[in-house]
Amino acid sequence: MGDVTEMKSRKTVNIESAAPDREMPDTRDAMGRPVGSRKTEVRLGREVQARIGQQLRSMYDQVVKEGVPPHIADLVRRLSEQDDGLA
Amino acid sequence: MKLDPVIRDQVLATVPSLRAFAISLSGNIDRADDLVQETLLRALAHIDSFEPGTNMPAWLFTILRNLFRSEYRKRRREVEDAEGRYADTLKSNPEQTGRVEFQEFRTALEKLPPDQREALILVGASGFSYEDAAAICGCAVGTIKSRVNRARTRLADLLSIDSVDDFGPDRATRAVLAGGGRN
Repeated sequence: MGDVTEMKSRKTVNIESAAPDREMPDTRDAMGRPVGSRKTEVRLGREVQARIGQQLRSMYDQVVKEGVPPHIADLVRRLSEQDDGLA
Repeated sequence: MKLDPVIRDQVLATVPSLRAFAISLSGNIDRADDLVQETLLRALAHIDSFEPGTNMPAWLFTILRNLFRSEYRKRRREVEDAEGRYADTLKSNPEQTGRVEFQEFRTALEKLPPDQREALILVGASGFSYEDAAAICGCAVGTIKSRVNRARTRLADLLSIDSVDDFGPDRATRAVLAGGGRN
């Protein structure tokens, strides 16, 4: 049925913000490839963006989870007990 | 005069995130450690210039960022030994993300211009608002926004090369291209 083919061909097209003026499925680039795959690129872009955010936080949080290293805690404690005149 | 324990605790509470920022900036554990210590020395020596009730993390990040920048300018011609150190710490911390993928990500992050990298980290990882990030970097909010956007786009470019392989449509496209000579 038409529905099934419709679903298949729409698989990579569910991007609300894909600008209509970019949807030119019949256009071909210099290599003869359909430029319609632009929409796939937009979707890939989003997935990559989500992954970038995730990896960035995961990298950062690994360090955050280590807490305050003992030598830093000592340093802060020492400095905060001192009279001024650290500089 | 001793340091107000409330202030001291605020400083300590910021240390984990400050270290993460330092490591993300420098890509090197030892340099990051030096940066954090130097930041704390300066901060506590000039604690009078911190207004209680204002944003302690932003204040400490600003000091660290400026230290890193002046050091970066001094060292920019020196050979980086960044590759080894941070990668070593990752080996002992195999988290959710696959290590290879993680390594790729870190490498891509290091390819970003420093302006873009710090903006992306401050907003995307440290969780600062665009306004705070702008104050930390001493630039306009719009500048931070555009740096973050450019950083994301650039990272996506650097990383999508691999992720495209995971998707059918592109394989299909390549298959068509491979057999294209017979058209």
